[in-house]
Amino acid sequence: MLQTAMNWLDERLDLTDIKAFVKEKGVPLHTQEVWYYLGGLTLFLFAVQIFTGILLLLYYRPSAAEAYESVQFIVTKVPFGWLIRNIHSWSANLLIAVAFAHFFSVFLLKSYRKPRELTWVSGMLLLFLMLGFGFSGYLLPWNELSFFATKVGTGIAGAVPVVGHFMLRLLRGGDDVTGATLSRFYGLHVAVLPAIATALVGLHLLFVQRQGMSVPMKIERRVNAGEPLREMPFFPNYILRDVLAWYVALALLAALALFYPWELGTKADPFAAVPPGIRPEWYFLAMFHTLKLLPSHIWIFEGERVGVIAFGLAAAFLVFVPFLDRKASRGERSPVFTIAAVAGLVYLVVFTIIGHVAK
Amino acid sequence: MAIVHKSPLATKPKAVDAEFDRRTFLDALLAVGFVSTAAAIAYPVAMYLVPPATGEPETASAVAAKAGELKPNSGKVFKFGNRPGIVVRTPDGELRAFSAVCTHLDCTVQFKSDTSQMWCACHNGTYDLGGNVVSGPPPRGLEPFKVNVRGEGSDAEIVVSRA
Repeated sequence: MLQTAMNWLDERLDLTDIKAFVKEKGVPLHTQEVWYYLGGLTLFLFAVQIFTGILLLLYYRPSAAEAYESVQFIVTKVPFGWLIRNIHSWSANLLIAVAFAHFFSVFLLKSYRKPRELTWVSGMLLLFLMLGFGFSGYLLPWNELSFFATKVGTGIAGAVPVVGHFMLRLLRGGDDVTGATLSRFYGLHVAVLPAIATALVGLHLLFVQRQGMSVPMKIERRVNAGEPLREMPFFPNYILRDVLAWYVALALLAALALFYPWELGTKADPFAAVPPGIRPEWYFLAMFHTLKLLPSHIWIFEGERVGVIAFGLAAAFLVFVPFLDRKASRGERSPVFTIAAVAGLVYLVVFTIIGHVAK
Repeated sequence: MAIVHKSPLATKPKAVDAEFDRRTFLDALLAVGFVSTAAAIAYPVAMYLVPPATGEPETASAVAAKAGELKPNSGKVFKFGNRPGIVVRTPDGELRAFSAVCTHLDCTVQFKSDTSQMWCACHNGTYDLGGNVVSGPPPRGLEPFKVNVRGEGSDAEIVVSRA
């Protein structure tokens, strides 16, 4: 039956080149191939987010008066609502964790080198978008924790020089975090970010398909010297392995959703005092803790402002890494960038742990 | 749909049993796995799509109006649980209450003082003061409620409850 459908389409659209592409697409086999799974895994979790996100939209209400109650309704009254919400929350966290792992593996393997600079840039932008998804989605249940975390988070945006106050008002929809902020974050979370992310994911995948998988430099040198490179057909062999990884992720998600339900907390009260121990989601902890450690003034500048500028510069550096690392593009070793990647990884891990433990 | 592809890892079977070889079996096993996964996802999603029953209100009674609000030959729509009700004072001064949900297509009926009838503006259904259909498309009369007056004078509360 599938064959009949394919023939029907083929007669009308001529799928010869697509079929040839699928048939010929191979995935290189070598000692570092395990990292190839991370991209597909991120894509899978992104699909889970879109799917569960659309389901949550059926019952969620984006207003300060009803948001909390509607989430409460979803997790207590709607059949399997608890499951959908827990999976959405857990998958969001796994997605960011896997995306970071994907990012560091690509960074350390220098897969961004010529000709894959644009794949890296689109991936970097996607990573920032995912953080934006996390930040905007966190507020939507309108509970105490998310309310104050959003105050702090948007307050950080306010520390950006020159345009800070404008950005803060733009994000909050006013001077304070109110129902107007919730409306904005909702629009951002369910319309603006998904539209941009979908386009970028499409572009990212297109680049990967056009260029094939990157091979680590060391192995590339051996292949250039005439050594044969083992390959596995993408369809169906490799895709089945990918599916296996997705199954593991799905099982993990189901287990987490069952045994560690995501708390809803208490409803946000703009006139209540900040609860002690307020901290953002784990993926913002390193940044949050760094800003906490900065003195109020560094030379003549405000400490927080210096921190925010530093983060901005670091983000810009990451986007432009392929263009800065000239050696890797020539196929030479570039230990400076390896050290930068390792230092970045160590910084993130250590500060996330300290931020988590710190009172 | 069988996935027909020779994996490089697969060893060539020596005696090919065309009816039922190892590959067919593994393909079938895989298909069962995929179908079970699809079912395990589809069931919760399908259940989730069906809105939960909110249930009828436990206390089926409500204060419809103050006695002084209703002059003879007038009516008032009020909130009865999560649906509308209508309380009417007949030209004779008698109080009656009904569900204000038109039995035709669930529009909300209103009192017309010129004809002393309850009228649904959606499709021109009319009901008499007993809630019975006079004309128009409604298939049944309006559900009648019980009316009690609590207190004295114009401040007395008109309490409506399920009959």
